[in-house]
Amino acid sequence: MSRIEGVLKSLKGQGRKALIPYITAGDPHPDLTVDLMHTLVDAGADIIELGVPFSDPMADGPVIQHACERALKHGTSLRQVLAMVKSFREKDDATPVVLMGYLNPMEAMGQEKFADAAVDAGVDGILTVDLPPEEADEVAPLFTERNLDAIFLLAPTTTDDRIRAISEHSSGYVYYVSFKGVTGAGKIDVDEVAAKVAHIHELTALPVAVGFGIRDAATAAAVGRVSDGVIVGSVLVDTIARNQADPDQLKRALSDLLHPMREALDSLAS
Amino acid sequence: MKLTEEMLKALPDARGHFGAYGGRFVSETLFDSLLTLEREYKRLKDDPEFQAEFDRDLAHYVGRPSPLYFAERLTRETGGAQIWLKREDLNHTGAHKVNNTIGQALLARFLGKKRVIAETGAGQHGVATATVCARLGLECHIFMGEEDIRRQSPNVYRMKLLGAEVHSVTSGTRTLKDAMNDAMRDWVANVDETFYIIGTVAGPHPYPLLVRDFQSVIGRETREQCLDRTGKLPDALVACVGGGSNAIGMFYPFLTDESVELYGVEAGGLGIDTGQHAAPLCAGRPGVLHGNRTYLMEDENGQIAGTHSVSAGLDYPGVGPEHSWLKDIGRAHYVSVTDDEALDGFRKLTRVEGIMPALETAHAVAYAIKLAATMDKDKVVVINISGRGDKDMQTIAEIDGIEV
Ligand SMILES: Cc1ncc(COP(=O)(O)O)c(C=O)c1O
Repeated sequence: MSRIEGVLKSLKGQGRKALIPYITAGDPHPDLTVDLMHTLVDAGADIIELGVPFSDPMADGPVIQHACERALKHGTSLRQVLAMVKSFREKDDATPVVLMGYLNPMEAMGQEKFADAAVDAGVDGILTVDLPPEEADEVAPLFTERNLDAIFLLAPTTTDDRIRAISEHSSGYVYYVSFKGVTGAGKIDVDEVAAKVAHIHELTALPVAVGFGIRDAATAAAVGRVSDGVIVGSVLVDTIARNQADPDQLKRALSDLLHPMREALDSLAS
Repeated sequence: MKLTEEMLKALPDARGHFGAYGGRFVSETLFDSLLTLEREYKRLKDDPEFQAEFDRDLAHYVGRPSPLYFAERLTRETGGAQIWLKREDLNHTGAHKVNNTIGQALLARFLGKKRVIAETGAGQHGVATATVCARLGLECHIFMGEEDIRRQSPNVYRMKLLGAEVHSVTSGTRTLKDAMNDAMRDWVANVDETFYIIGTVAGPHPYPLLVRDFQSVIGRETREQCLDRTGKLPDALVACVGGGSNAIGMFYPFLTDESVELYGVEAGGLGIDTGQHAAPLCAGRPGVLHGNRTYLMEDENGQIAGTHSVSAGLDYPGVGPEHSWLKDIGRAHYVSVTDDEALDGFRKLTRVEGIMPALETAHAVAYAIKLAATMDKDKVVVINISGRGDKDMQTIAEIDGIEV
């Protein structure tokens, strides 16, 4: 059983929902990322999605675009991101880490080399935004052989046939993108999400985590109620941008943001 | 490799691959739209009504066929092969881009989409898109990098006159690549009502296929006109390559004619060895950007590299996947000329033939002159004059230190 599967199973056993924060590695500075990851865990994170910065983040809105720019200004490479995970693992052996990014940096490293390095660093899952399962037939086995979870996206536009096919290629969880748009656009419609997630649950046994548009305790609870977990991204990254000058204040601000979400999610527990 | 009709028919394959290149590398939200577009295009491609309307528009709205002109004086001065010009600059709106926008706008109408978006670099594709949208009464949004808005301002004003909204793109390098990123972002957010008219043979499948099909009218006409006027096929075809749409349109109908040499000319910028260029086929390596696998300019960590070219329309770090395939199998040659050489080409054609090419096109002109000089007088070289240079007056004047 992968670390991701273990965490999600145990949460389910307790009737709890997963809190999955996203930050971009290297933002605001590569030296801070590992510290921020520990801060997220202390504030209640169950799984961390760590963004690999890319020069052309086509699926992201301005908030995460700027995070990529800040990280790249300091030269944050995929190699460095892997080193950050390795360093995180020195103190935290339990919290799963999912790398989320675009295909080109992984291809540039070489897929097999990347898969090996990811395992070595202690990465648990890979989510490649611009890699649909149709194009993943060479990469997917490299991940499966190494017990790395391949996490794919489902969208409001995904047809039933594709939901089934994508789920078959996925392990760990599937990531449901709550609305049509880029990250940070924030126009989530909870009723619509509830209906679609319920439908996805009929088509796959995998846990369904929902991301895009979750920005506070209220949206976290509303979406948590109908899914297995929530992914929180742009609002955290925006907090990083606003507090980049003062690392201590930044950590406090991230905690202050996540804590109420954790509490709201746990208050759902039956 | 000798290409046959059979082999060409099989490409791209069902997943949109040209050999190792192409494909559909997009976020999930767009996937179903791409499948629908592919399905509908396959159906309409063989629909006589659709084809007849496309042909009618090309004839009466664009003004096709465009002439194949013998550049007699340029030929004499060059002292080698005969130089012929395929005059896409004479099309309505002044470039080859309109062949494609007519086709895609028709698709948009058949699909019932009321809102159109497009990216543009030089502004020619933006103008061509705004033009067809005005004609069909479609809402039109053009994404253009801030840097390109500055250097191609006449085209920005043309788009606005045509009723398009021009969105200034301030992310990344503020050029064509970033305009395409923002167009994709808009598309994801408005996917139900929006048709994305991509301006070149790049992007996710089926775009490289349908743009190539719409642009192939250039090569089909050239083939017929050349046979008619010279009694034989051309010996060499020369076209500039940004994303590669005018080049593939010219090359495609000649791919199985082994005797016809194909030359795609990339932007060498300040020189390939300076790194300041936009020549992924000459100096890049395969990677994934904007929905397809193709040759790219990138750094050792897989970040897309900044590009430089004097011409906004060539200032792009990628290239259509079919060109990547043609390069690997050795069917086409990909070369580059520098900014300075292109400017010389611009001045030469202007002064010797009274034809002012776009700066993009000037790259093809510059290379073709070098090439023709090495060939015998009975050989025939055809340059695709992809567009006219009116839009570049400001850039040229700036270089000359003149205020206009
Ligand atoms: C006149 C002209 N030629 C060529 C190009 C390059 O595009 P492509 O390589 O797709 O033909 C452009 C693009 O803006 C253009 O305006």
